[in-house]
Amino acid sequence: MIILRLKRTLKVPVEARCISQDIFEGKTVEDIRSLKVWEGNKVRKLGEIFEVEEKRGDNSTIRILGDLSKIRGIGYQMTHGRIIIEGNVGHRLGEELGGGEIIVHGDTGSWIGSSMKDGRIEIFGCTGDYIAAPYRGSMKGMRGGEIIVHGDVGDEAGGYMRGGLIVIDGCTGQFLGVHMKRGTILVKGSSEGRIGAEMVNGKIVVCGQVPSILPTFTFEDIKSSVKVDGEKIKGPFYRFIGDLTENGEGKLYISKAENPHLKFYERYL
Amino acid sequence: MDIFVEDGRIVDDVNGEAEVIDASGMIVMPGGVDIHTHIAGAEVNTGRLLRPEDHYLDVEVKTAITRSGVGRSIPSTFITGYRYARMGYTTAITPSMPPLLARHTHEELEDTPILDKAAFPLLGDSWFVLEYLRDDKIEECAAFVSWIMTATKGYAIKIVNPGGIESWGFGGNVRDIDDPVPYFNITPRDIIRGLCRVNKMLNLPHSIHIHTNNLGKPGNYITTLETMRCVEEFKEEDRPIIHVTHCQFSSFKGRDWSSLRSGSEEIAEYVNDHSHVSIDIGQVVFTDTTTMTADGPFQYILHQLSGNKWVNGDVETETGAGIVPFRYRRRSYVHAIQWSIGLELALLIRDPWRVFLTTDHPNAAPFTTYPRIISWLMSKKAREKIMDRINEKAKRRSLLGSIDREYTFFEIAIITRAGQSKVLGLRSKGHLGIGAEADISIYNINPKEVDPSRNYKDVRRAFERAKYTLKGGEIVVRDGEIVKSVDGRIFWVKPESSRYKINVTDELKRKFREYYTVEFENYMIPESYLINSSPIHVKAGV
Ligand SMILES: [Zn+2]
Repeated sequence: MIILRLKRTLKVPVEARCISQDIFEGKTVEDIRSLKVWEGNKVRKLGEIFEVEEKRGDNSTIRILGDLSKIRGIGYQMTHGRIIIEGNVGHRLGEELGGGEIIVHGDTGSWIGSSMKDGRIEIFGCTGDYIAAPYRGSMKGMRGGEIIVHGDVGDEAGGYMRGGLIVIDGCTGQFLGVHMKRGTILVKGSSEGRIGAEMVNGKIVVCGQVPSILPTFTFEDIKSSVKVDGEKIKGPFYRFIGDLTENGEGKLYISKAENPHLKFYERYL
Repeated sequence: MDIFVEDGRIVDDVNGEAEVIDASGMIVMPGGVDIHTHIAGAEVNTGRLLRPEDHYLDVEVKTAITRSGVGRSIPSTFITGYRYARMGYTTAITPSMPPLLARHTHEELEDTPILDKAAFPLLGDSWFVLEYLRDDKIEECAAFVSWIMTATKGYAIKIVNPGGIESWGFGGNVRDIDDPVPYFNITPRDIIRGLCRVNKMLNLPHSIHIHTNNLGKPGNYITTLETMRCVEEFKEEDRPIIHVTHCQFSSFKGRDWSSLRSGSEEIAEYVNDHSHVSIDIGQVVFTDTTTMTADGPFQYILHQLSGNKWVNGDVETETGAGIVPFRYRRRSYVHAIQWSIGLELALLIRDPWRVFLTTDHPNAAPFTTYPRIISWLMSKKAREKIMDRINEKAKRRSLLGSIDREYTFFEIAIITRAGQSKVLGLRSKGHLGIGAEADISIYNINPKEVDPSRNYKDVRRAFERAKYTLKGGEIVVRDGEIVKSVDGRIFWVKPESSRYKINVTDELKRKFREYYTVEFENYMIPESYLINSSPIHVKAGV
């Protein structure tokens, strides 16, 4: 196991795409220390920012300790192995992840699991905006794998999602699953609304409250439960189909019990 | 053989000490000239704004000599200059400048280093032009065009989907060259013929430069043939009078997308028989790129076909624009046919002085793909290798398999610089004779040893990274890297004629006040606004 300990408080963003099992593998501690990272506009060696230590056994895990909230791009394109972060971490953690696992015991920045293809990311704290969503302008959203967030997430989680699973124990901001094409999002808390805007297909389940449903979704029926990744989630749920502006067939499952203000839809049954 | 350079020109000898470049065993050519490449202006910059994901993949860090920037399909200005220079190109023409947005275009051109540049104002849908031609006021129209060239620092008359962009303002398009433009009672044929006559009257260095009606629609090769035919009678002895640009997009046969066929044989046959026409190919390369034209209705079709995000623009009384990100796929029947058409045109048109290598950057591919296209033109084997991987139906229907022609290095030099300079009327470019500008590119490939037909990969590599590029006698590229960044010039045409001089009447000023968001006085760009202004004085004919 490789252990990285942050040496000093960081003031400017650090781009550290080299922190990945794929890159660390087969390298000596000395090699790892001399990997290149950008701190602001300066090129530095990883060893200038972290103390690097190797512990025998389990040579597929990287543990990182410290407040990494300025560090971006950890686990970029990683395909296997595990990264465990004890502390907060910055943007684009696990960008284009192809496999393996990233676990964070803390909060994260935005674009977690951006455009990921496979693998697993688990966050015990809260995250920023755009989790699983691609870089600005791109339509290549998350394609597979899973993201589990035990805290809250910001806006536009699961944007342009094309597959895979996102589970959020906490609450979400606006535009959950915006432009979604496929895949599943399960939210156990509440959502701030505008769910599934411009979605084409896929499934979004919200067990908590939502302020309203976009007018471009049609009310379909009431379901007593919904299956997410083989697990049965108890309802009942209002089911909506949309977004009609995109001729979409996406499905929204919204808790009936938590949203009495949506009762008026039952008239259309 | 030695080439001597002094004060930025090629001379017959130099006195005293001079730096010597040993180019033995290499190919020496005049600097490359690109007749049609969207590198600056409103639509290019809007394209940049639309596509952050395009830049994200391709970032260039600054060096002691070069500035930082981003690339891929719509590189930032500085990167555009560097990348052209690395391929041995020294001149690039941006072909669609809305006159109203000329100021912005020139500002970007000035930030595009190394290259000499020029811009073509869009005139085929200008209300002034349409009105003059409708009222049969050809002399007034000539005076207006002459004034526009000076006012916008433009170089040639660009016509895009004549009448169609104006119709698009009403949600329509013109069906063929005889379909009248709404409210103007004038047809595309009238516009093309009128502007062709104006071009002649003003004696402009380049011909009219046209993006045909119905571009990008199955069956449009008929429109293209009619477009070329409709100016036949104005033909001149020594030069083409109409340039059909990115002709690949205008050479479609068939009734719809599924019955799409190549119309390259018919187009090539016509061009072979008629010396009044030149074309550039607009070659498709299978890649992700960004399409951008003034042709709003065509871009709307692309947006609908691809489902991609898009921008639609309207430039007041002058023109319009559309921008759509696009990916050309090998396995797509239509895209594979398009790929084939471009090469067919280049290979079936016999006179290399009238067919040029372009990708209509970035519409059919980014300009950085030129070396690959050169290798396809020079090697049947290279073409066959791609053919094996394209859509099966498209492969069966492609003419390419039956064409054995392979370009020589001489022909490549013509279609990438000499021919382009000639039709542009840039007399001191595109050759290495005494008096020519010392824009020189040297490629590390020995034509006596390398068989381009077999070693097409070596050809591609050599053209990707010039061994040397000289701009105005200064070494700007060595071993494919920028070693010096110089400013290029901006060419523009200054017609000098008392006969076709615009009468700045109250009527004209009134129209400006009525139609435009800017005042007449603010519309014009003073010459002092350009840092490296290089006016070309032309005397109008009689
Ligand atoms: Zn073009």
